[in-house]
Amino acid sequence: MIPLPSPSPSRRLASLAPRLLALGALALLGGCDTVVMNPAGDVAVQQSNLIIWSVVLMLLIIVPVMALTVLFAWRYRETNTEATYEPDWDHSTGLELVIWSAPLLIIIALGALTWVATHTLDPYRPLARTAPGKPVAATDRPLEVQVVSLDWKWLFIYPEQGIATVNELVVPVNRPVKFTMTSSSVMNALWVPAMAGMVYTMPGMETVLHGVLNRTGKFAGRSGNYSGAGFSHMTFWTHSVSPARFEQWAAGVKQNRWRLDTASYLKLEQPTEKVPPLGFGSVDPTLFRRVVAICVKPGTDCMQGMSHAGPAVNDRAPRAGEAEGALTRDPSEKGESPHLSAPHGQAPGQNDPGAGSNRNMTELHLPAPLRARASKEA
Amino acid sequence: MSDDLIKTIFGRLSLESFPIHEPILIGTFAMVALGGAALLGALTYFRLWGYLWKEWFTSVDHKKIGIMYIVLALVMFLRGFADALMMRAQQAIAFGGNEGFLPAHHYDQVFTAHGVIMIFFVAMPFVTGLMNYVVPLQIGARDVSFPFLNNFSFWMTVSGAVIVMMSLFVGEFARTGWLAMAPLSGIDYSPDVGVDYYVWALQIAGVGTLLSGVNLLATIIKMRAPGMTLMQMPIFTWSALVTNVLIVAAFPVLTAVLAMLSLDRYVGTNFFTNTGGGNPMMYTNMIWIWGHPEVYILILPAFGVFSEVVSTFSGKRLFGYTSMVYALIVICILSYLVWLHHFFTMGSGASVNSFFGITTMIISIPTGAKIFNWMFTMYRGRIRFELPMMWAVAFMLTFVIGGMTGVMLAVPPADFQFHNSLFLVAHFHNVIIGGVLFGMFAGVNYWWPKAFGFKLDKFWGTISFWCWVVGFWVAFTPLYVLGLMGVTRRLRAFDDPSLQIWFVIAAVGALIIAAGIGSMLIQFYVSIRDREKLRDFTGDPWNGRTLEWATSSPPPAYNFAFSPVIHDLDAWHDMKQRKAERPTEGFRAIHMPKNTGAGIILAGLSTVFGVAMIWYIWWLAALAFVALLAVAIGHTFNYDRDFHIPAEDVVKNEDARTRALQSAGI
Amino acid sequence: MSTMTQTPPGTENPVFYDLDEHEHPPGHSTMLGFWLYLMSDCLIFAMLFAAYGVYGGSYAGGPTARELFELPLVAVNTTMLLLSSITYGFAMISADERKRGAVLSWLAITALFGAAFLAIELYEFSNLIHEGAGPQRSAFLSSFFTLVGTHGLHVTFGLIWLGTLMVQVSRRGLVDANLRRLQCLSLFWHFLDVIWIGVFTFVYLLGVLR
Repeated sequence: MIPLPSPSPSRRLASLAPRLLALGALALLGGCDTVVMNPAGDVAVQQSNLIIWSVVLMLLIIVPVMALTVLFAWRYRETNTEATYEPDWDHSTGLELVIWSAPLLIIIALGALTWVATHTLDPYRPLARTAPGKPVAATDRPLEVQVVSLDWKWLFIYPEQGIATVNELVVPVNRPVKFTMTSSSVMNALWVPAMAGMVYTMPGMETVLHGVLNRTGKFAGRSGNYSGAGFSHMTFWTHSVSPARFEQWAAGVKQNRWRLDTASYLKLEQPTEKVPPLGFGSVDPTLFRRVVAICVKPGTDCMQGMSHAGPAVNDRAPRAGEAEGALTRDPSEKGESPHLSAPHGQAPGQNDPGAGSNRNMTELHLPAPLRARASKEA
Repeated sequence: MSDDLIKTIFGRLSLESFPIHEPILIGTFAMVALGGAALLGALTYFRLWGYLWKEWFTSVDHKKIGIMYIVLALVMFLRGFADALMMRAQQAIAFGGNEGFLPAHHYDQVFTAHGVIMIFFVAMPFVTGLMNYVVPLQIGARDVSFPFLNNFSFWMTVSGAVIVMMSLFVGEFARTGWLAMAPLSGIDYSPDVGVDYYVWALQIAGVGTLLSGVNLLATIIKMRAPGMTLMQMPIFTWSALVTNVLIVAAFPVLTAVLAMLSLDRYVGTNFFTNTGGGNPMMYTNMIWIWGHPEVYILILPAFGVFSEVVSTFSGKRLFGYTSMVYALIVICILSYLVWLHHFFTMGSGASVNSFFGITTMIISIPTGAKIFNWMFTMYRGRIRFELPMMWAVAFMLTFVIGGMTGVMLAVPPADFQFHNSLFLVAHFHNVIIGGVLFGMFAGVNYWWPKAFGFKLDKFWGTISFWCWVVGFWVAFTPLYVLGLMGVTRRLRAFDDPSLQIWFVIAAVGALIIAAGIGSMLIQFYVSIRDREKLRDFTGDPWNGRTLEWATSSPPPAYNFAFSPVIHDLDAWHDMKQRKAERPTEGFRAIHMPKNTGAGIILAGLSTVFGVAMIWYIWWLAALAFVALLAVAIGHTFNYDRDFHIPAEDVVKNEDARTRALQSAGI
Repeated sequence: MSTMTQTPPGTENPVFYDLDEHEHPPGHSTMLGFWLYLMSDCLIFAMLFAAYGVYGGSYAGGPTARELFELPLVAVNTTMLLLSSITYGFAMISADERKRGAVLSWLAITALFGAAFLAIELYEFSNLIHEGAGPQRSAFLSSFFTLVGTHGLHVTFGLIWLGTLMVQVSRRGLVDANLRRLQCLSLFWHFLDVIWIGVFTFVYLLGVLR
């Protein structure tokens, strides 16, 4: 064996612990002021409290384990001949009892906490309070927002206000919000970490999320589930504003001449990236239902029941124009499979932030009036 | 030639399918081609083809197959790690309008390939290789139950790896994430070859994994040396037994769900489609019913390695063997009851979510008990900090943190915030690197002298160890923090510049890990160069406790000239204690299986079949399938599958061992 | 044959090496290994059954189970497969008695029944597809075709195996290796029978009742 030019490994092993602790402390420092641990909405606050409690409960056992591991590794190193050596000691009923029951007790405590918290913080459950000590009265109705995740942008429909926005969510502060969500193509997840956790949006299905924001301000929102090429930029700002300001804003959007109906939805549905916030002054009230039933396209019928209520989800007739299985295709229909990472045209990834080629993957195909409107807002 | 004819012949393969526009890929391809040509040239120059074919490729010896599995794992590890570096680099620079150097189509392939390769073609071959090498030796057997099947399984795994590697240079890989979730992976949203590469690579490699699971199970149940009851099996063998139960009970699920996905893609069925009655949520459920046990398939063998290592280097019997075994069994059963914790956010009811959350937490009880048992094995021991033991202690300290964050993720309301975030990414790297990889490195350092007859160099091993441990924490602590800052996984570019510093730190961590990998390669090189200095003549360099140390290093083809008889859990320790004398005469001819090329031929045909299916070259697929059947049937007509190692050869071998032992002074 | 020179006081004279080893017969764990494989195969079917369980009512506006299934035809089909299992049993009895000719003829009869089963199934499938009820029509039909078709594929491979084995038995006789293979195929064949009972009950009977 090669002689070691460095200090004995056991000593270095002992020096590992403080280093780990230092890193842990750094992480804690970084972790304290993060959006998940210091959010702006009551639901997310309760979630962060739950995180803290579960960590504390587990540290009860993790800390002794780590300390004892280091201690034993150090104390019973080969060079320490003073330590007791019992090569045949391999069983102790008392110790076994402790090492099985101590984690068990902690898991019982954490399990109870989990059961209660999972039920009270069920995303489908209407909020019982908007902040500690501020219960929601039975007469208070939450703000309804219908959410459609499109490729690759967010559509928010406000059915009561009769307006819709793209990539911009505005909610009144301290008022519960009920999101009813679906997706146009693949799965996404609506995530505004400052408000509440995420829930998937799924094509042909409807999911629900309740949340509230207790501070005014601007909070980041994004898709929490990978959905294809434009996923990175599937972000939006959530503005939490005073109720008066909210009404004012809604009235302002209402002035907008653009209507979200079948034709404009089908245009909007096309894959685009980095879409600037848009507003629609009026909305076809049946649109969301038809998006859920995947029958927006003229000529597709919305025959079957939808949502969780029916016996089978997604039980709808196949739509024309969907891809067929490869084996049933004629050679002429086969197409080619280019190596898609090959950039056809100018190379993307300029270091110049404004460079147009940065977004050459999918072009923005907005209808001309919308485009004009977008540039005016920008 | 008409267009139709070309498409009939070549399917959807065209000149466009080759990445001639992509400098990164052309560079990689040039390097691979040059390296490959150099390797092939060297093999030809040194006339090694015949040797490799006869002694390795067609070998049915479990030891050689085990080594080949680990070589495969290491090679694929380099590829998977290159992907990791590219992701770290991209995320460290793509801020505030800068889109980095990878376009979405490339980046999305990179993270998918990273996950697929690391799980299926690094971690799986690593654990299968270790189990293959060690288990028959530990139970005092001469080979596995089905030696030919073992060879075939290995080559099927290679075939899957070849298909994944091919996607780098012909066409593209999936852009869906490593589980290819529907409906994104359906033909409507992924019409290209990417998902087909994914499906066929996993299906073909899956056949190998399943058969190797069946094989090792039968081996452990049927081929233990006389006297070895189940509760006297070495703990690594126990972990292998439980792991293979999991493999046999989980991989068919993957086969079925991928088969349904490919039917959707090839036949146009409606399993996971948005309409036609299909349901993408079914895919998520079914793939995780395989996916969660898979996690334990990876970690349990690592647990087994640590149990052996801690006991050996503490010079003590393993504390709480019985409770270790029951912990393994409990984990095995519970691992089937937790799959839904991967998608609490899919809208299940609160009771369902809390059920799966709590079952997940319950798994931490047996896992915690195992940690305690290792700890108390060290207690009142005489710990020698050789490399395997260093990995074991680093594992214990790293893994508990990963376990803790795992339980945090298991609380459903907390998971609504953690789901798909970088916190999750940090968690599973914490348990997979800190658990599985550290375990495999401990195993490689521990059993290397058994496999090759000389120890690994400690100096470079120590450097590699520290680079890995420090690099791991530097790379993944920032990801925990970023997760709490609301950053999700699989992002390619960011708007918020305040995040950048954390990604830069993570990238530095990845570079430290790269140094660790480099040191490990140097360690192998230096050890092979200095092998005479590091030579071990005893076959028992660590003062081991289990049977694999009872034979020579490297062991003869037949492992044991006479089957050992077991009286104690630590059989070899017991033999040493009671001064059992190694028999030096009375050797007989030993009945062994014959090498065969059928495995590699069948796997080669499977590769052709898979590639033809990926590119819609139907005639070739049909041809390859018929050829597969023909070769398989032809193989069954070969009844002459075994031979006897003549007694003289055994005597020659064993006499050499006697002399080696004498020279070592035993 | 003591292998010990010295034993600690108080212990008997333990044997540490088996110096008089009996050779393991080749293939002594084949039956266990094959059984393990069958169990994994069983899990594939379990997933397909699960898929059918979930999708069984997802007609997507298309034809329903009650409209499609013709129980009399399926009953005949089931009979064919059950009979083939019985005749395979007779083949195994003859194999135990080492009657090569009888084994071969029973295997041939089994193959005939198996082929009849497949033919009826293919007829049923082509009828369904002809009526526009192909696997692409709805998730119900996708899962139906996949489940029943996977079983049919297994029977097809069983038949290929059966043919191969008949050639091998006629060439080499009932040697140990062939007996072992006959036993494996027997397990396989009866396993397919059990699966079919499940298919018949859960897919056809319950489908018509639904």
